[in-house]
Amino acid sequence: MKILVTVKRVEDPYQAIKVKPDGSGIISDGMNYKPNPFDEIAVEEALRLRDTHQGEVVAVTLGNEKCVAELRQALAMGADRGIHVRHDGPLDSDGVARVLAKIVEQEKPDLILTGKQAIDDDQNQAGQLLAEYLHLGQATFASKKESLESEAEKAKKPGLTLLPGGKAIEVVREVDGGLETLALPLPAVVTCDLRLNLPRYASLPNIMKAKKKEVKELSPAGLGVDMTPKVTTRRFAAPAARKGGVKVPDVATLVEKLRHEAKVIS
Amino acid sequence: MTKTPIGIDLFRVDDLLSEEQRLARRATAEFVDRRFLPVVQRHFRAGTFPMDLVPEMGALGLFGANLHGYGCAGMDKTAYGLVMQELERGDSGLRSFASVQGALAMFPIYTYGTEGQKRRFLPKMARGELIGCFGLTEPDHGSDPGGMTTTARRDGAGFLLNGTKLWITNGTIADVAVVWAKTEGGGAGSIRGFLVERGTPGFSSREIEGKVSLRASVTAELSFQDVRLPEDAILPEARGLSAPLSCLTQARYGIAWGATGAAIACFAAARDYSIERTQFGRPLAGFQITQEKLAEVYSEIVKAQLLNLRLGQLADRGEATFLHVSVAKRNNVRAALAAARTCREILGANGIIDDYPIIRHLVNLETVYTYEGTHDIHTLILGEALTGMSAFGG
Repeated sequence: MKILVTVKRVEDPYQAIKVKPDGSGIISDGMNYKPNPFDEIAVEEALRLRDTHQGEVVAVTLGNEKCVAELRQALAMGADRGIHVRHDGPLDSDGVARVLAKIVEQEKPDLILTGKQAIDDDQNQAGQLLAEYLHLGQATFASKKESLESEAEKAKKPGLTLLPGGKAIEVVREVDGGLETLALPLPAVVTCDLRLNLPRYASLPNIMKAKKKEVKELSPAGLGVDMTPKVTTRRFAAPAARKGGVKVPDVATLVEKLRHEAKVIS
Repeated sequence: MTKTPIGIDLFRVDDLLSEEQRLARRATAEFVDRRFLPVVQRHFRAGTFPMDLVPEMGALGLFGANLHGYGCAGMDKTAYGLVMQELERGDSGLRSFASVQGALAMFPIYTYGTEGQKRRFLPKMARGELIGCFGLTEPDHGSDPGGMTTTARRDGAGFLLNGTKLWITNGTIADVAVVWAKTEGGGAGSIRGFLVERGTPGFSSREIEGKVSLRASVTAELSFQDVRLPEDAILPEARGLSAPLSCLTQARYGIAWGATGAAIACFAAARDYSIERTQFGRPLAGFQITQEKLAEVYSEIVKAQLLNLRLGQLADRGEATFLHVSVAKRNNVRAALAAARTCREILGANGIIDDYPIIRHLVNLETVYTYEGTHDIHTLILGEALTGMSAFGG
C-alpha cells in the first residue's frame, strides 16, 4: 500500500501568537514551528497502515526552505521518503490542493492522508478540494470507535481498515452526535481528526536515520501550478483581551446582574 | 504601550543549530511537556522518580544519545547537550537519571568494557530495560575520590569487593552498578572499575531519606560485603582514577547544558507571572526592580547558551577537555542557581509553593551546585590551570 501524507509547517500552538502592529501578519521572530498536529496524526496513521499491510509512506510538504525540518520530522517518525514543493509566497487551500493533485498524479498512491485542517489558518478545505480535483472518494474527520486509552491504540493498530481484497478502505468518521462508518474505493482521500491515534515521537536514533532519507525538491511552476492565491488575507487582528470576572456577594445580586447587565434572563 | 516580549533566543542560537539538533531538542521538549511536567509535582512531593516513563525515554533514545552503535542514537555533542537542557527544563532529577544512565553507567562500559560487556549491557540500557548507577563517592571521600577505601582483592579467578558508596543516584533501582575500587597496591593508580549486578550476594542498597532537594530522583547508599565478582566483572581498559574522572567529565558536560534548561524554566515562569500579577495598580513587570531582575537572569541565560554551544563545537572536534567542562559546569550552575533565587523573589509568596516550578528548580540546583565536582572544586581546577599551582592540598 503506497500512502501519500501531508505535513504542513505551523506555529507551535502552545506559544502565544502576537499580531504585527500593522496587522499584516503574525510575528514569526522567535516563534517555534512544528508539524501541524493533525498532520502528525495522519503520518502516524500512514505508518500503522504501512506496518500492517507493507508498502511505502511518502511525506509531502509545501512552503519555504524551512519546511524541510517538518518533513524531516515525518521521516524521523518513520516515513520512507519526502517531497518538498518549494514555494516562498502566500498559500491558499486551492493552491495547496492543486499542487497535491499533481503530486498524486506523479506518485499514484493508493491512499492520501491529510490532517483535517492546519491549526494555523484552520481552513479545513485542502483535502476536500484535492478529492474533488482528482474525482476521488473522500472521508473527512477520520476517527475510530476505540478510545485513545484502548488496547488497540496501545498496540498501535490502524484506525482505518483495509477491506478484504485490498481495493477499498473503511473509515469511521466523526459527525455531529456520533460516528459514521464509510467504505471508500481506493485510491481515496482521508482527512484525520484528533481521536484517530496518538502520534509517536521522532526518536533520536530515527532522527539520525532520517538524515539519510531522500527528499526530492519540486516547484509549483515545475508541476505546472499557478500559485497566485484566490483567497488573500486582508488583515490580522488579535482577539479582544478577556476581561476579568467579578465576584458577587449573593444570588440575588447575580440574578440582578444577569437580568439587567448581561440581559440573558428576563 | 506594551510591546511584544522577546523570546528566549535573542541571539539566534537556534540559527546555529543543525536540523537534527533542532529535532532532537523538539522531541525531548515535547516528551518533557506532555509526559513529565504533568506528573513532576506529584513525584517531587512523594520523593519518587516516575519509573513508568523510563521505557518511553528509552524508546525516544534519550539514554546514551551521544554513543554510537549498540542501539544508541549516535548524535553529536551539541544535540546531546540540547537533550540534557530540555530534560532539566523539566527537573534536575529527570536529567540526573539520564546523565547517570548515559554518562556514568553506559559511557564507562562503552569506553572501558569488553565487546562482550558492551553487547550484553548497552542495548538494554539504551532501551531503559536495564538501569545503571555509578559508585565512586564514599561516606568519607567525596571531593577526594583518590582516597577511597573500597577494595577489590584478587580471589581465585575473580575479585572480592568490600566497601560503601554514598550519594548514588539510581542506587536502589539499578540493575547494574559501575563500582570503583582499589586493587593491589592500594594507590590511586590501582583504582579499577567493576560491574556489579543487582542480586549479587553481599551487595545491598538503601535509599537516603530526608532529602529536601532533588526529590524526584532516587539517591542511595551502596554497601558491599565480601561480594564475589567473576573475572569478567572488571572493566579491563579502565586503569587508575582518570577512568572514573573521564565519566564525570561526560556527566558534567550534560550538567552545563542541563542547568541552563532549569534557568530557562525559572525565567519563563517568572516573566509570565510578572506580566500577569498586578500590584499597586500595575503589573509587576512594569516596575524597574522587576525588570532589573529579569534582565539579569536573561543575560545569564544567553551567556550560558553561547558557552554551551561553543563547548559542544569543541567537544565534537575532540578538543574539549575536562577544563572546558569544568568552566562551563561551574559558570552555568552558579548562574542557574542565582537565576532561580531571583525568579523565586519575583513570585513573592507564590514563589515558595510547588504549583510553580521555580522553588523546585531552586532546591534542586543546590544539589547540582554540589554534585559532579562541587563549585569549589571546579574553581580549584580552573585556578590550577590559570596559575600552574595546585591548591588541592596534599
